Amino acid sequence: MLDVLTGFIGELRSAGLPVSLTENLDAMEAVQHIPIEDRDAFKYALAATLVKSNAHWRTFETVFDVYFSLRGPQWSIEDPDAQADAAADQAQARMGGEQRPGGGAMEGLTQEELAEILFKAMMRDDQAMMRAISREAVTRYAGMEPGRPVGGTYYLYRTLRNLDLEGLMARLMEAAQEEADGGLTPLEERLTRDEYEIRIDQLRKEVEAEIRRRLVADRGAEAMAKTLRKPLPENVDFMHATREELGQLRKAIQPLTRKLAVRLARKRRHGRKGPLDFRNTVRHSLSYGGVPAEPKFKYPRPAKPEIVVVADISGSVAAFARFTLHLVHAISSQFSRVRSFVFVDGIDEVTRYFEGIEDITEAIHKVNTEADVIWVDGHSDYGHAFEVFWDRWGKEMNPKTSVLLLGDARNNYHASQAWVVKELRKKARHVYWLNPEPRSYWDTGDSIVSEYASHCDGVFECRNLKQLEAFVEHLA
Amino acid sequence: MSQTATVGTPRFPGVRDVREGLRSVDYLADDGIAGVVYLADRLGKPVLIEGPAGTGKTELAKSVASMTGSRLIRLQCYEGLDESKALYEWNYKKQLLRIQAQRVTEEAAAQSDKTWSGIEDDIFSEDFLLTRPLLEAIRAEEPVVLLIDEVDRVEVETEALLLEILSDYQVSIPELGTVTAAQIPLVFLTSNNTRELSEALKRRCLYLHLDYPDLQREKEIVLTRVPEVEEQLADQIVRIVRSLRALELKKHPSVSETIDWARTLVLLGINSIGTEEATATLHILLKYQSDIVKAAKELSVAQTA
Repeated sequence: MLDVLTGFIGELRSAGLPVSLTENLDAMEAVQHIPIEDRDAFKYALAATLVKSNAHWRTFETVFDVYFSLRGPQWSIEDPDAQADAAADQAQARMGGEQRPGGGAMEGLTQEELAEILFKAMMRDDQAMMRAISREAVTRYAGMEPGRPVGGTYYLYRTLRNLDLEGLMARLMEAAQEEADGGLTPLEERLTRDEYEIRIDQLRKEVEAEIRRRLVADRGAEAMAKTLRKPLPENVDFMHATREELGQLRKAIQPLTRKLAVRLARKRRHGRKGPLDFRNTVRHSLSYGGVPAEPKFKYPRPAKPEIVVVADISGSVAAFARFTLHLVHAISSQFSRVRSFVFVDGIDEVTRYFEGIEDITEAIHKVNTEADVIWVDGHSDYGHAFEVFWDRWGKEMNPKTSVLLLGDARNNYHASQAWVVKELRKKARHVYWLNPEPRSYWDTGDSIVSEYASHCDGVFECRNLKQLEAFVEHLA
Repeated sequence: MSQTATVGTPRFPGVRDVREGLRSVDYLADDGIAGVVYLADRLGKPVLIEGPAGTGKTELAKSVASMTGSRLIRLQCYEGLDESKALYEWNYKKQLLRIQAQRVTEEAAAQSDKTWSGIEDDIFSEDFLLTRPLLEAIRAEEPVVLLIDEVDRVEVETEALLLEILSDYQVSIPELGTVTAAQIPLVFLTSNNTRELSEALKRRCLYLHLDYPDLQREKEIVLTRVPEVEEQLADQIVRIVRSLRALELKKHPSVSETIDWARTLVLLGINSIGTEEATATLHILLKYQSDIVKAAKELSVAQTA
């Protein structure tokens, strides 16, 4: 037991979760109170002692599944085979189909029949059946071969393509429409669709888990765990995030902004002490018999900085610019004024898109579709964009302004016009450059970071939420 | 680690008992929640509960208190909370009066030298100690549940105050010495995650993330809390709420708002929700005008595949 747990914790650590020694000991103690036969309780007990942030839960779950799925029979609590077969048999009985030769499982079914069973299972929300079908589907469609060095996504894709989930969805909705007298109202339709989407999602997860189980069986838990190691949300690279990861990032940014806003406000208030607050001191002196033993100070109210964001939104760095704009505007209450400019080879002010708009996603959509940022060919031209910026808005920069330049400084071999940055720095309070590329790529190819960097107050590598957060704190 | 206070007799025989106990006080716990409460008791460790607002974090502590018949001691955290508000404070005014009184009576005797030490011993005694929630919980003889609400509101420095209590269940008061717990209280800390709590604090706690409940559980919650509601209506309610939570809103409807909504609908005598009824009462669920507008639009327009 001890060995297994130690191994598991080692696996968690190598997946990037910080597990301290105390937590390790707690887990050891916790499992003595929870019977391992109760797999769910066991999992929650480990999670409660080892995982201290919700963002890490998914990673924990994956590691848990992989690690404990193939530890010999004593660790596999549920016996999926027995269950699934029983479910399959039941299904056959329900279908009214006679027992086919070659066992009672689903092997004998044609693709259409399988789809039919799946459809029925979906309608009834029959979980056991869905599990059985996903097992069969993986066997049938994924075409897994032992020892083949292919990632799980490949098999997943092949299986799902054959299950035709979109067609299934359409059929389900149709059936729902028929069932209801006089059709569904828009509200009902929406709710029904939500429900089916969740069920289909469940099926997808089931298939995924099944593929993982088989891969583990094939390659061993250790090898699998290695390939499954994914970065934690705060470490996901902006530039190479998958669509799912981007969705998670967007969700992560919401609490992050709140967190930052609170911290910035706090920092500003507690930075230093202000002048003596005479009235308050006298009032408190009463509890000391009139002796002003506890001097009270006024909270300083330092001026908030103004921010000008100038972001490259050409294809290669668009995702990064979007997150930064998102973040800066979400904490705009911490700055007295936020102005945003976006450019590709032309430049345009987009501050107005964010004003009075509650929904920031919409604003960003507008920026992407309406802003006038193309001058010649739609390839980044930092030099030209900066030049225009200086001509049109340079006069408005003042010593309260902090300028943020966002981009990878890949200039397609155009002129750099780095003097603009130099001039900007003279007029503004600070000029910072945020670069979403790894530091080792800087100044390779057409990247000319250092040409600009020599005129900036600082250039920061900013590839994930953690770095972005650290920078914003530095800024205020 | 030297644990001065030892883990006493377990309060719950098993995880299942926790679940049933909580159910008896109208709190529907899932396996994760019940498991963590059970472990907290067995290991004698505090529980840190995080999660979106209105998912029953505070409610859990309250329910555990009423289920075990313990007194609930609550420390509501806020920015600027300090030792004198959380732990203990000397009652200065009373001490001053005491000294003053002494002076009047002793002046005749004119033995100022001797009396000072007498007074000193006197004024730093229990009589002049104002206990605040944390000390209160430690000193209680009867079983208590200590709830430290919204612990993320206090500054990082103040957080350190909690550490001694959470790991050793004791408080050091310079003038009195160390006060050790007579019993180990069940401690719940809640946090809305407005800032990252310190590693030291997290290490001392079991962690529980309370998310929005799944459909089935939320429906049960509605049925338990609003008994007048009909099952079919409850079903509709939670499905609409789930649909709303999938939208990108400033503030998602919480469980308590779901319950409020159910109550409202019952009061209005609505037993089936159509688009009209939903849009008319959205303001119960959502707290931003822009959210309401957005949700109303989404609900009345069917999604196209």
